Amino acid sequence: MEPIQEYEDETSLELPAEPMRLNMGPSHPAMHGTIKMTLDLDGEVVKTVDIMPGYLHRGFEKSCERGTWTQCYPYVDRLNYVSPMLNNVGFSLAVEKLLDIEVPERCKIYRVILGELSRITDHLTCNGAMAMELGAFTPFLWCIKVRDWIWDILEQETGARMTHSFGRIGGMAKPPTPRLKQSVIDILPQIDKVLGEVQVTLIRNRIFLDRLQGVGILPKDKALSLGVTGPMLRACGVDYDVRKANPYSGYDTYDFEIPIGHDGDTFDRFMVRMEEVRQSCRIIEQAIERLPDEGPINVDDPRIILPSKDEVYTTIEGTIAHFKLVMEGVKPPPGAVYSYTEGGNGELGFYIVSDGSGTPYRVRCRPPCFINLKGAEDMIRGDMIADIVPTFGSVNMIGGECDR
Amino acid sequence: MSKKVLARLQKRFADKILAVDSFRGDDEALVSPSDWLEIALFLRDDPECAMNHFIDLTAADYPEREPELPRLDVILFVRSLGKNQRVRLKTRVPAGAELESLTPVWLGANWTERECYDMFGVRFRNHPDLRRILLYEEFVGYPLLKDYPINKTQPLIPYREVGPSKLAPFGPDEGNPFGRIDWLARMSGRNLQVSPAIAVQQGQRPALSVDEEDLAPPASPELKP
Repeated sequence: MEPIQEYEDETSLELPAEPMRLNMGPSHPAMHGTIKMTLDLDGEVVKTVDIMPGYLHRGFEKSCERGTWTQCYPYVDRLNYVSPMLNNVGFSLAVEKLLDIEVPERCKIYRVILGELSRITDHLTCNGAMAMELGAFTPFLWCIKVRDWIWDILEQETGARMTHSFGRIGGMAKPPTPRLKQSVIDILPQIDKVLGEVQVTLIRNRIFLDRLQGVGILPKDKALSLGVTGPMLRACGVDYDVRKANPYSGYDTYDFEIPIGHDGDTFDRFMVRMEEVRQSCRIIEQAIERLPDEGPINVDDPRIILPSKDEVYTTIEGTIAHFKLVMEGVKPPPGAVYSYTEGGNGELGFYIVSDGSGTPYRVRCRPPCFINLKGAEDMIRGDMIADIVPTFGSVNMIGGECDR
Repeated sequence: MSKKVLARLQKRFADKILAVDSFRGDDEALVSPSDWLEIALFLRDDPECAMNHFIDLTAADYPEREPELPRLDVILFVRSLGKNQRVRLKTRVPAGAELESLTPVWLGANWTERECYDMFGVRFRNHPDLRRILLYEEFVGYPLLKDYPINKTQPLIPYREVGPSKLAPFGPDEGNPFGRIDWLARMSGRNLQVSPAIAVQQGQRPALSVDEEDLAPPASPELKP
């Protein structure tokens, strides 16, 4: 047997000068949801990146044009399916702005409580998943444990854990249950405890810090020009939060702070989300104290809110109102409004056009993470390929909202 | 609050601002497509406007306007971080028309313009990378135009024949029959659904001018005592 002598002398080999093209996704374990990236690599450094969303496109805006305004709620739920209640509230506020009505105080407080609970689930899912992708599996399980407690409360209130369809134009589907206050008061200290555990485990960990700090930096000016909002913008040091800048649902009466970052790197985004969970807990504490046990939850207008079942079965007015609302729907006056709220990932806006009939003429959702995702291209470029995972995790791309 | 911006725009551009509107507190200025880029640049650079935060860019389709009015509205949303004021800039372009891209003004216009092209077919001039973003390249048509049928499907990979039990993706009886508008029929003049309200609001003619005689109750013979 003769020895193999045919291999080349390695010193004479030239390193490839061409950048390598790598397709990452659309189905990749480190990608949140189905999304594709085409990378040009120089060694391990990302030279160019092209993010291609759209694998979850299902025609949300077109679908909304086929039913009544109320029939949009199930579609709206599925935009950001990690915090559907925030979408419900955002869409309700948009149609209410078009109708020029204001919901009762009790409903506003109830919306704040449910919305902030959803925000906690959103931020914890994002941070937990990001930690998991870096190998820290235990904090992910702790975060998901908290999310499950909150989903238990939401299930008790709405009947569904994820896609609640609980908002209504001019109110909510049901008044708060009598057990709401106690169950929220019970879990708030628990959330704080778990949050402390997660934070201690992660931010004293050298590996975790090295993977996050100084990675995926987005400068402030660029972030503004890109239209980035939410925790991603606040991590760059801009204190823009819709709840403070343009308060809705009485957010101006609550005492809370907006955490902002300094460098705009992945670590800042992680910490901003962590702190926002604490601030959400503060808001919920205040809101629970204010929530009245009695009082109307919906506006008193038979053209907007369905009558109670007794009225439908016993009075002719109730029957007519029920029929008109179910068959023709709420009829906002003709016009176009843009209403915006602070969603889990940033400014969740709805630009809605009504032609005066019961069917939406145009529903445009301003998806925060679609617009933030464009910023991710700038954050990834110039970093190593392994940094894509935490950077992309900190953007919190939610396929349902990004691709609609 | 941001009426100031509209007043500023009117003072600076006078006739180039075709109309202003403040419905429900949302300030909106209508401009001609030829002034689109110039006014956008002014909004960003003028110290009194200082619209440095891009929010959104989208379009809406109004196929039933007067023939001389273009069919699509392209709408830009921007806000000023320092002054906390917002404004909407709107222009009207015909279907398939070209419009100056705003990517040099705000980077965020890149993807939103691509989406606008994808869904409405508005072509943006000088856009660095104008291609479809949510749909695939092989897609035919622009789905958010009103005459794109709502139940049409264009699978990239054809559906498999599974047997007689396979259902169509959308049944004919879905949605609300009262509110549903058959846009194809309406635009070809075969449907008598009229929505005068949108006509008033958007400066359009009523969907189909139904003769008033048809709608008036039939003349009944006068009753004599």
